[in-house]
Amino acid sequence: MSLNVQYFARYRETLGLESETLEGVFASVDALRQHLLQRGGAWEVLAEQNIMCARNQDLCSLSEPLADGDEVAFFPTVTGG
Amino acid sequence: MAIRVQAAAFDPGAELNALHAANVGIGAVVGFVGYVRDFNEGREVAGMFLEHYPGMTEKALGKIIAEAELRWPLLRLEVLHRIGALEPGEPIVFVGVASAHRQAAFDACNFVMDYLKTRAPFWKKENTAEGPRWVEGRVSDQSAAQRWEDGR
Repeated sequence: MSLNVQYFARYRETLGLESETLEGVFASVDALRQHLLQRGGAWEVLAEQNIMCARNQDLCSLSEPLADGDEVAFFPTVTGG
Repeated sequence: MAIRVQAAAFDPGAELNALHAANVGIGAVVGFVGYVRDFNEGREVAGMFLEHYPGMTEKALGKIIAEAELRWPLLRLEVLHRIGALEPGEPIVFVGVASAHRQAAFDACNFVMDYLKTRAPFWKKENTAEGPRWVEGRVSDQSAAQRWEDGR
């Protein structure tokens, strides 16, 4: 499967990356996150307890299943308003 | 129902008046305006930058508005949120709700702000004397949003 993965705010800055295309098989958002955590270093930020995520621009839980072509985003707690 | 996400400044008074215009069936209008403060978490704030997730922002606000319309009999609902660079004293967000009677407008406005705070993908980065810092989410915002779930 091919995924478009996006990072926002503090995560984007920490990782020095806005988005990337990833090829692989990931059963869930959390499986994708575990894969990214294996990169080590700055990627440890994705282990934060209050991480938020979205699948195809809808908030979701880490257990959300993934499908080919999905857009997945990781970001810290939102602070608008 | 309207959603606007914009870098440009806006006039909250004009927004509030426009909500009532051309509909004499509206008996109540409630407006909330959020402003940039010059002090937060123990530090002076010289300004801030608001980042968002283009596309998801509009989608998330649309879902919040749809949920509010399911819960209350509303005649109009507008959400306006700024992005980009902002200075202390400037309005960041406007939520305006119009209904026949006041209670629906009060409650829906409160609900939309609570959900916007916890579900819409905006992030504030403050400029302080010690340098820029990302604003962290508040537990009190989470519990404010949670009460709308508990009450169902």
